[in-house]
Amino acid sequence: MDRFTWQSARTVAEAASAGKCTVAEAMRADTDADRVVMKAGGIDLLDLMKEGLLRPTRVINLRDIPGLDTITEDAAGTRIGALVTLEQLAAHSISRQRYTALADAAASSATPQIRHVATLGGNLLQRPRCWYFRSAAHHCARKGGEHCFAFAGENQYHAVFGHDGCAIVHPSTVATALVAFNARVELANAQGGTRTVALEAFLVGPEVDVTRETDLRAGEVMTAVLLPPMPAGVRSVFLKQAERLSSDWSIADVAVVLQRAADGRCQNVSVVLGAAAPVPWRAQKAEAALTGRLIDAAVANAAGEAAIAGAEPLRRNAYKLPILATLVRRAVLTAADVRETVP
Amino acid sequence: MRFPFGIAGAGVGEIERQIPDGEPPPLPVNDALRVIGKPVRRQDGRAKVTGAVRFTVDVKPPGMLHARILRSTSPNARVRAIDTAAAERQAGVRAVLAIARNDSILRYAGAPIAAVAATTQAAADAALRLIRVDAAALPFVVDMDIARRANAALVYQPGEALPLNAVEIPVSGALPLTGNVRGPETLGSRGDVEQGFAVAEVIVEGEYRTRTQTHCCMEPHAIVADWRADGLTVWMSTQFTAGVRRELARVFDLKLSQVRVKVAAMGGGFGSKSQLGVYGQIAVMLSRQAGAPVRLVFDREEEHLDSGNRPETWQQIRIGAHRDGTLSAISLVEFGSAGVGVGAGVGNFAQTLYACPNFSLAQNDVFINAGRGSAMRGPGNTPGAFAMEQAIDDLAGQLGLDPLVLRDRIDPSPVRREERRLGAAKSGWDRRHAPGADTGATKRGIGVAQSIWGANVYTNASCEVRVLRDGSVLVLSGVQDLGTGIGTILAQVVAEEFGLLPEDITVHIGDTDFPAGPPSYGSQTTASITPAARTAAWKVKQALFRQVAPALGATPEQLAARDGKIIIGNDPARGMNFRDATAGMRTDQLSVVESRADDYGGFRRRSGDMAGAVNDLGGVQFAEVSVDTETGSIRVERIVAVQDCGRPMNPKLIESQVMGGVLMGISYALLEERVIDQHTGRMMNANLEQYKLVGPRDTPPIEVIVLENYQGQSATDAYGIAEPSNIATAPAIANAVFNAIGVRVRELPMTPATVLAALGRLPRRS
Repeated sequence: MDRFTWQSARTVAEAASAGKCTVAEAMRADTDADRVVMKAGGIDLLDLMKEGLLRPTRVINLRDIPGLDTITEDAAGTRIGALVTLEQLAAHSISRQRYTALADAAASSATPQIRHVATLGGNLLQRPRCWYFRSAAHHCARKGGEHCFAFAGENQYHAVFGHDGCAIVHPSTVATALVAFNARVELANAQGGTRTVALEAFLVGPEVDVTRETDLRAGEVMTAVLLPPMPAGVRSVFLKQAERLSSDWSIADVAVVLQRAADGRCQNVSVVLGAAAPVPWRAQKAEAALTGRLIDAAVANAAGEAAIAGAEPLRRNAYKLPILATLVRRAVLTAADVRETVP
Repeated sequence: MRFPFGIAGAGVGEIERQIPDGEPPPLPVNDALRVIGKPVRRQDGRAKVTGAVRFTVDVKPPGMLHARILRSTSPNARVRAIDTAAAERQAGVRAVLAIARNDSILRYAGAPIAAVAATTQAAADAALRLIRVDAAALPFVVDMDIARRANAALVYQPGEALPLNAVEIPVSGALPLTGNVRGPETLGSRGDVEQGFAVAEVIVEGEYRTRTQTHCCMEPHAIVADWRADGLTVWMSTQFTAGVRRELARVFDLKLSQVRVKVAAMGGGFGSKSQLGVYGQIAVMLSRQAGAPVRLVFDREEEHLDSGNRPETWQQIRIGAHRDGTLSAISLVEFGSAGVGVGAGVGNFAQTLYACPNFSLAQNDVFINAGRGSAMRGPGNTPGAFAMEQAIDDLAGQLGLDPLVLRDRIDPSPVRREERRLGAAKSGWDRRHAPGADTGATKRGIGVAQSIWGANVYTNASCEVRVLRDGSVLVLSGVQDLGTGIGTILAQVVAEEFGLLPEDITVHIGDTDFPAGPPSYGSQTTASITPAARTAAWKVKQALFRQVAPALGATPEQLAARDGKIIIGNDPARGMNFRDATAGMRTDQLSVVESRADDYGGFRRRSGDMAGAVNDLGGVQFAEVSVDTETGSIRVERIVAVQDCGRPMNPKLIESQVMGGVLMGISYALLEERVIDQHTGRMMNANLEQYKLVGPRDTPPIEVIVLENYQGQSATDAYGIAEPSNIATAPAIANAVFNAIGVRVRELPMTPATVLAALGRLPRRS
């Protein structure tokens, strides 16, 4: 690891005015450029530095900025500070009761040690885990190279949807749930202004720009994630499948949020797939298959099948499709409190 | 002399053995002993859990430099030039070593090219980036199936010298090389297999595939070398201090007396730390060049790329049997790859486990451009068991026999028979249902598999025992503790002989300045060093008795050591405290060095210092799993491991090793696979994130039953446990998966992708 200078910011404004580029920009910058990046929990940043992919000249520490580590709610919804850790998110009564899928997604991530350090903001801004992207020896499209090695290579952990020039899957597990809840992110800039943007729009696929995963601008600091209030009758379920239970990335995960009207029919349905595409992938056909319907086994099954319709698996990842369909079906049944009958 | 003989609980009798002069009298069974066979706590346990224990990476002699190795990023390239001038000028750099030369071929990504020693690791890393390597890329092949094709890129050109390295793995010198395929090796074939299949009433066959597993030692490979005018001192994380000393003396043309090898605590080796290795030589050469101690520690990527691995295999197995289950023929065709090395054979397992008059073997090494394989916990037998024990399970199904009943008919081992009986009762085998019988998406199953492994003994194994005038006791040996607790066991053995407690005994091991110890590979440490320790202790005790008998008014023959006293005529009321007795010694210390005698009943085989006992080690494991047939996810619910190791010396340490073997087996079964990109020839998961090991939440209850199997073969009658505990786990899980879902998964690792494919649930790609 090369030497860098360390600056601990006391305010969001101080951090925003010090920040010169995003991590994605710093990774592609010339060696003589000023590469100033921000650090929250530092989980991904240190990985990138140890892997020799990121050589910052200065690191702005965000963790000493007060006020960004709380979860609060009011009539407008719930505000989750960007420095809230995954462990707080997993354990907090607001997330556990109102946004169960989010709490479960956070609890399913990483290891207890990492969950106690990793922040929500850092988790949403982490770079992908694609092993070609993480290999300094593979100058892939996302790092400014010519092509994506995964298409012809070892793609068992890669995307089955939306892999337009790059086959990463979005690394954040909590993002699957947040998109299902129609979360927004709050971003502060050096001029003292803020903007909020829907997370679903903030996370960008390779068809927009293959070299970044977000719409984060240089100098912007993510300050909070905002969730709309959940009316009574909304149920949410998160299910994750990995190759092991301890400390593993999803091979498929699913968040389902639905509300049942007085007559039992579904409305306001979200079905979002994780580890399936370069962004959390909204399964619109599955949502359509559920909206206005009474949930039974056949409807849930149809939603599962609809969720994987149009998928384009690669050489080694077709196995993800039956898993995604199964998780959607199970999540829908659980959310609707319908017990699956044994055939 | 009459020794206890047989399996405790199944009838222990006696056997008459002629024992050589100078060997102690027989030990009674464990029930009659005070310290041996008891669950004594690890002596360094507290130091380990508090972080006080020192590993090789903690060794920091004054003036120590840090070394790093520049490694090939290309899977196959011919070096045209190496320019180290800029690196040599870099601040802090004290030595630069070109390992590859012009025209050297770098045959795998990770092959060492050059090395640097500098005052800090950062300076060494920076210097590596200044080394210019001009190399011409050559065609390469990293896939074993592609490497077997006629037009494949060649790893070795015809006539090139092949690397015939072998630890534990017998390698024949002269086998044909055709393309990248070396073989077939047919060693061990017997009878007439064609005839055996002709008379068979049932034939089962199947193709099995196992993947390359890397050792993933918790403690990385590490060495600190200190070359001085008067000799060489090396601290190394090694499974064989005496062997490394021999290698160093040979390679650097030193006398054995000029080389000292030391090892502190270790965090595993599993076969990968058996030898000096290229990296060891590099550290010594850098130290000689720099005139300072040099530390070289692998990072995790180097661990995966260049510290050995368990070779991948493709096995085609065919078994013929009569209706009653009696085997008439076994044939095994295998292609395996140890990368640029050899030693991927698996034939020993199918050859030796079951009674069968006809056996044919054709095993082949396939060269690919990848890091060299090496011995890894039960080499050969672990992948061999995955295929053979599934084939036997298959055969039981075809014959309509319970898999345990079939094994009762074809397995001649009385030890495994008892292990099957105990394991069946413990695992609830009678709950086992027909394959795939559970309704619902998640199905449970129970399976069994067996192990066989040689009971190895290293006779060039010595130990010194000293009694000091204040009553303290020292045990000294070069033997190393790679994490298994041999130091604690030595304390037990010596304490038993002196009637003391293990904590009364001070053990110093892991240093070649002490009498040379055995290697800690081949599951032979305890078998080799504990008899030497007991014999030495017994002899010191005799000497002590001779010196103190007059003061006690007795003859030496009347004395015994028990409960901290030296007593007369077996009467605890007559005698004196051990400490008071030693105060009367003529000299400050009494000391005896002893070595391992041959097994009293003889050996079955012997090669140099290493011998094989008459009876092999067994082991039977039972797995219970649940399989989600919609996601392909397997959960291991429980493992029952029934193992034997002669006389168990310390049940707590044995249980700990068996759990380690089982965990490694679960990990092998469900997760582990070295993934190499076909287009760039690089390992994609050279880390512990995407190279997946089993974790705490995936760890099922593991119940361990250890047989006491007395054979009257040595002063302790102990044998090993490390490797047998790893062999049966993966096939037991695979057989349980078959029992759960009614479909056989013949490929490792059994990930959701593999299981869904076996279930025929993969959609066709558009």
